[in-house]
Amino acid sequence: METTVSVEVKPVNKAKVRKLWKIALILGIITAIEFFMAYTMPRGILLYAAFVGLTIVKAFYIVSEFMHLKYEVKALIWSILLPMIFVVWLIIALLAEGGSIFNHLY
Amino acid sequence: MEVTASIDKETKTNLWGGGVSPFKVSYGKIMMWFFLLSDAFTFSGLLITYGFLRYSYPAFQGPASAFRPSVEYWPIPEKIFDAVPFLHGVHLPLLFVGIMTFILILSSVTMVLAVEAGQRMDRNDVTKWMLWTIVGGVAFLSCQAWEWSHFITGTADGMVLTNGMIVNGANLQVNEYGPPLFASLFFFITGFHGTHVLSGVILNVIIFYNVVIGTYDKRGKYEMIEKVGLYWHFVDLVWVFVFTFFYLI
Repeated sequence: METTVSVEVKPVNKAKVRKLWKIALILGIITAIEFFMAYTMPRGILLYAAFVGLTIVKAFYIVSEFMHLKYEVKALIWSILLPMIFVVWLIIALLAEGGSIFNHLY
Repeated sequence: MEVTASIDKETKTNLWGGGVSPFKVSYGKIMMWFFLLSDAFTFSGLLITYGFLRYSYPAFQGPASAFRPSVEYWPIPEKIFDAVPFLHGVHLPLLFVGIMTFILILSSVTMVLAVEAGQRMDRNDVTKWMLWTIVGGVAFLSCQAWEWSHFITGTADGMVLTNGMIVNGANLQVNEYGPPLFASLFFFITGFHGTHVLSGVILNVIIFYNVVIGTYDKRGKYEMIEKVGLYWHFVDLVWVFVFTFFYLI
């Protein structure tokens, strides 16, 4: 038994698709830069800070464009982003804790 | 004209008073967002635990080229993860993880293209891009299976402990790469992420099946693609963080 549903297929939004591929290219290039830095720069605070910064840039592109959060209403954006403060707090708290355990043991 | 203006004014003043959608998003998508927020906390917990334990161990002193694995200090990840399939014995730091990262980014793009096709009600395009997304997910899982088996098997030389015992590979008690917690964290963090990829692939297959049999044409909207899309991008997002904090730093 064939059930046919008539739907109107709209043409491809070329500008949007091009933008999506461009973002993918940016993500790829940032990853390539991270590799280049991992191979060439000495390990240290500067390198780690650069890695964290580039990671946040990548996260911004994925969340805002791929997950479309940038185009949602402000209330939704803030309800997702503000709770991340707890994560920042946990990072600071546990890294300090780890440091003091290190001082206690060594 | 006059009527619409007065309704707009009314809804603006009673945004949270009921009858309107303040977030202008469907119920399902809001719930997916808040589920992902809670999942982000779980992954943050795991990654911050990694940072916490790493900080409570000594780092390797001296140039990276002189690094030898030991239970005394935390390993340098790029010295541990340097193997690529079919290239046995070649030192290629982080290359395989990089390939995995590119696979996941590409499958994220194909997913967002499926979402775009769904908004146009184009069943053929959705089918095509969903299929590519599933292929990407399966490819990533296969890579991770190889990575795990390589990590568990270890190298031929292994690590010699102070009591003369030789350790090969890794398990939850002991490993040849560093302190026991290093392998435990590897299994927990990449394993938890891999489980998410696996459930993402299963969800994608279910949605793909529904697309093929025409469920969303009958329903009149392809919003389900957007919901699994959110989940799939989140899995990609988590990998970006795992890649940085577990493998790069």
